[in-house]
Amino acid sequence: MIRLESVRKVFPGATAPAVTSLSLEIPEGEFVTLVGPSGCGKTTTLKMINRIIEPTSGTIEVGGQDVLSIEPHLLRRSIGYVIQQVGLLPHRTVEQNIATVPRLLGWPRDRIEARVAELVEMVGLEHEMRDRYPAELSGGQQQRVGVARALAADPPVLLMDEPFGAVDPIVREHLQMEFKDLWRRLGKTVVFVTHDIDEAVRMGTRVAILNIGGVLEQYDRPEEILANPASEFVARFLGEERGLRRLGLLPVSSATLERGPVVDVSAGPTEARAVMDRHEVDWVGLLDGNRLLGWVPASEIGSTPLRDLEPREFLVRLRPDDSLRRALDAVVTSRTRVGVVVGDEGYLGMLDVETVAEEITE
Amino acid sequence: MTIDWDWIRRNLLEGSIWQATQEHLMHTVIAVGVGLIVSFALSLAVLRWPRTYAPITWVTGILYTIPSIALFTFLVPIFGLTSIFTAQVALVSYTLLILIRNIVAGIRGVPDHVVEASRGMGMTERRIFLDVQLPLALPAIIAGVRVAAVTTVGLVTLTVIVGQGGYGLFILRGIGRRFLTEALVGTLLAVLMAIVIDRGLVLLERLATPWAQRRRPA
Ligand SMILES: Nc1ncnc2c1ncn2[C@@H]1O[C@H](COP(=O)(O)OP(=O)(O)O)[C@@H](O)[C@H]1O
Ligand SMILES: [Mg+2]
Repeated sequence: MIRLESVRKVFPGATAPAVTSLSLEIPEGEFVTLVGPSGCGKTTTLKMINRIIEPTSGTIEVGGQDVLSIEPHLLRRSIGYVIQQVGLLPHRTVEQNIATVPRLLGWPRDRIEARVAELVEMVGLEHEMRDRYPAELSGGQQQRVGVARALAADPPVLLMDEPFGAVDPIVREHLQMEFKDLWRRLGKTVVFVTHDIDEAVRMGTRVAILNIGGVLEQYDRPEEILANPASEFVARFLGEERGLRRLGLLPVSSATLERGPVVDVSAGPTEARAVMDRHEVDWVGLLDGNRLLGWVPASEIGSTPLRDLEPREFLVRLRPDDSLRRALDAVVTSRTRVGVVVGDEGYLGMLDVETVAEEITE
Repeated sequence: MTIDWDWIRRNLLEGSIWQATQEHLMHTVIAVGVGLIVSFALSLAVLRWPRTYAPITWVTGILYTIPSIALFTFLVPIFGLTSIFTAQVALVSYTLLILIRNIVAGIRGVPDHVVEASRGMGMTERRIFLDVQLPLALPAIIAGVRVAAVTTVGLVTLTVIVGQGGYGLFILRGIGRRFLTEALVGTLLAVLMAIVIDRGLVLLERLATPWAQRRRPA
């Protein structure tokens, strides 16, 4: 756990404090994103945790220990640190870069080697890259090495300052998802600075929104912040598409699914027509037990048994862990105006615009 | 005028060319070596107390601009006419400006984020200097040593006026006796030595900085 209490930082010669008086508790295992406009004190706050910047006043505790009571270089060996420019050592190979902290800690050679191999795999690098120099890697690969290096000595806490800010949007999204997965597996406490609200709500289990001077505007779960912004500032910072962003965070499984206009292929045409009438639609979904076969338009339902019809595919099949934002997209682009949800066990149900809209306003 | 090949053959065999080569090289190596040590110490001061940079470059800059003949002559009353100190104090003085500038620029040129990441991983300041900043400054430092060494090889030819050996003796004597061969041998060998040392240092740089040699477009 990380605890900041009334932390203040005034840089020498500055007229206003970079961080005025910040109190923040980061429970163990949480992924906390610090987000706010440029110059609001995010980086300063982060760097005070590993004492790259010394606070003017206040206390900071990591794992119950006052950081000011620990030698800075010893403190830092127990805290992973990743920055936007990565800061890999240009004169050291990938392998040597990753081994930096274990070496400082005096691990034996074979233990370091085994750990490096494990990390290279963990962050998705090729093994043949171990002997390359940083200049021989792409931006995305460098950032992976940066993450591997920060994780090398298995520190309980990871500090990250806009770690994916320097790579192009496609690579960034990829790295974000991979890193979130990695975090789920490793269970580290992460403090992650970003100026990008989308990244903040997508990555964080909690989001701290900071205003100029390090003023904490809101600190809560991302869904909660998007649903109930605590202030005018937060609402403005969240921007136009708050509702859609919120949907991006909620899984399909959180919505109430309906069975919808579906019949089993063993049923007769009459029953199919009855289902369509009840739902006031001109198509019907066909099930074979739990298996969703597809849909047929009303015009094709005559006297032929349903089993002999050729059903059309639903273009998008949603899974329970897909986001409602994706579901909404599926709904508005599909001919049938519904999103069908299929899990490992087979057909789960469908949702329409109304169902999704309810989730936005909830 | 023709080249007196016989003179060259005789002097090579008797060893006076060989001896001059050794003396010339010794003066160069000592001057650059001592210059490097002194520059290093002064650079450390500059890096720790940036305010000392201006006065240090001011003084070494003045030393650098004093005509070398004059500097040798000023030092004679202090160390004596034929003392190696007279020659070396002057030679070392000339290396300081270029070496200090390159060492300081090399260390300061290490990207901030590399130093910050190193600090963030828990390296001590001393280790950051030795394991990160110094190796990364090597190309700049070696570039400075190359210029200093080449300049020094040239200046050592003048130490003959304060009683030292080296190729300068051939040049001075050859001109005095209007004996072209001897003057030419002294001049060309000095040029050759400068080139060999320069190339050698380039090679050393390549070996010492493998990371800067391999570069694939990312
Ligand atoms: N080393 C420093 N010296 C003086 N002022 C600084 C220093 N670092 C940051 N600041 C100032 O402190 C404020 C907060 O900076 P920072 O924490 O970097 O903001 P953010 O990371 O949120 O963009 C800014 O006004 C910035 O100019
Ligand atoms: Mg910042």
